[in-house]
Amino acid sequence: MNIDFIIGKYNYWIYIILMMIGFYAMIAKRNLIKKLVGMNIFQTAIILFFVSTGSKRGGATIPIIEGGHGEVDQVINAAHYLNPLPHVLMLTAIVVMVSTFGVALALTIMIYKRYNTLEEDEIL
Amino acid sequence: MSSHAPVLMIIVPLISSLIVLLAGLWRKRLSYPLALAALSASTIAAFSVLFSVMDAGTVRYRLGGWAPPWGIEYVLDHLNAFIAVIVSSISLIVGVYSRKSIEQELSGDKIIYFYPIYLLLVTGLMGIVATGDIFNVYVFLEISSLAAYALIAIGNDKRAPLSSFNYVVMGTIGACFYLLGVGYLYIMTGTLNMADLARLLPPLYHSKVVLVAFAFFVVGVGVKIALFPLHAWLPNAYTHAPSTVSALVASTMTKVGAYVMIRIMFTVFQPSFSTEVVPMASILGWIAAAAAIFGCVMALAQTDFKRMLAYVLIAEVGYIVLGVSAANRAGMTGAILHILNDAFMMACLFLAAGAVMYKLKSVEISDMGGLYKKMPLTMASVVIAGISVVGVPPTAGFFSKWYLVLGSLQAGNWQFAAVLLFSSLMTAIIFFRIIERIYFMPAPGPVPAAGGQRNWAPLDDIPASMLAPILVTAAGILVFGFMSGTIVSRVIQYAVPAGW
Repeated sequence: MNIDFIIGKYNYWIYIILMMIGFYAMIAKRNLIKKLVGMNIFQTAIILFFVSTGSKRGGATIPIIEGGHGEVDQVINAAHYLNPLPHVLMLTAIVVMVSTFGVALALTIMIYKRYNTLEEDEIL
Repeated sequence: MSSHAPVLMIIVPLISSLIVLLAGLWRKRLSYPLALAALSASTIAAFSVLFSVMDAGTVRYRLGGWAPPWGIEYVLDHLNAFIAVIVSSISLIVGVYSRKSIEQELSGDKIIYFYPIYLLLVTGLMGIVATGDIFNVYVFLEISSLAAYALIAIGNDKRAPLSSFNYVVMGTIGACFYLLGVGYLYIMTGTLNMADLARLLPPLYHSKVVLVAFAFFVVGVGVKIALFPLHAWLPNAYTHAPSTVSALVASTMTKVGAYVMIRIMFTVFQPSFSTEVVPMASILGWIAAAAAIFGCVMALAQTDFKRMLAYVLIAEVGYIVLGVSAANRAGMTGAILHILNDAFMMACLFLAAGAVMYKLKSVEISDMGGLYKKMPLTMASVVIAGISVVGVPPTAGFFSKWYLVLGSLQAGNWQFAAVLLFSSLMTAIIFFRIIERIYFMPAPGPVPAAGGQRNWAPLDDIPASMLAPILVTAAGILVFGFMSGTIVSRVIQYAVPAGW
């Protein structure tokens, strides 16, 4: 595996490392809040992955129809614009993730009220 | 009106969840009738879609009039129109049942919030079933899961929030894996529409990215349907939830997840990919076989009736996946027929468990001795559903198991046929143990004064709104048993991928 392979796709490496950090925290941590933080890192890594797949360097434009106002209408060549769809998907996914986090925090409050602790070992 | 039925069966519960919330805050007693009206409307829409699919083939509905692949499209063929009818009917039946049960099991004003979340859960499930867009499936998957997390924790059981919390963590991992699969396919093809993906993917089948995407899909959905060894969240969550919620989620959520698995494997990817490029029969088949045996062994060890049913459910999920992994006509027919049968068997058993809870305030098996005297009709339903899970002929469970065994044998996997028969024997032990307890053992506690007097209850002494759904599901099991030939020839044979 050469160095170009790693540097050329650094965004994917970062997403995988972040995702594994989150995954580790969700599975190995015994404190419920730490698990939730791990869950958030895990989800954020996926957002990063999607957004980075849609990014483009060096003067990318937006997907609109050029011209208008008397000029000849033409659709911008797909190679020149930045694909907005992954970002839009992630807007939806962020909403889903925020609500998951909210439900999970509400559950943590209920757990704390009933057991007076958030350490999994002490609850069980 | 009927041209909009595919979207109405989702929109109606979605919008009424808000209306039911507002109406419930104004007058508490309005929640139940309004929720039932919404569920009935959704069921009628689902039936009308199924009938138009049976008449004229696949129904396509463009949301907002945008043409696919840019817009989101609802595609209903024989497979998902059938599942939509199952999901909406079960949620209506359980909805009728819910009234008295949650009045007893929920405290204070929680009933006001119960019905809106219930409707959101149904919205999510119907959406997963109807949509033809893989990202849309993710969104609906999370709507239904979020509603399920909340419903499981809404009860008064002390352990419910922690069970629900573990479900949140596991469910989120599953959903995120699914989302990653969507992302990988999008990188490769630039589309999210299922039909478009099916067209663009075949030249890319040997790309590693597509293989990874497939793996993420299967594992992600595997968590959501509690396929062994990813099942750890299920027994606690389904045991500690209120009875109504257990009945709804047990009978619908895992089935809808199994539907997503079938859809991804055989529509988004072609059957040839799922059987030849990926050695699915050997991987998923063995996992499913392990699930069938593990579920039965664990069920045998339980003392709590609801927890026992939860483990039986894990075994049932194993059966469905076993049928899918056989990847031939008989196996697939068995899997789809078992989705229907298992939805009704699980609904009947969990509803009966709820009735026992209502009556005895406990679902310990040891407390159920002699219960046939107090609740003859409910216990008769338990017997029907129980022998259907075992697979005794006139009941529906026999026919789907027949197809599953046939599918395994035709695929040349005699070992999986043996597993099916072995786990049927195990379920026989499980349910005959319960039946013996109910019919032949004395009730616990002080023995009533002897006098030879018949002390049968005139009827089961539980509200009619609870008894009727139990009897309807039990009758359903018998009716589907007698009608299984019709169901297979009218609906399921068209749902099996072409060419098998």
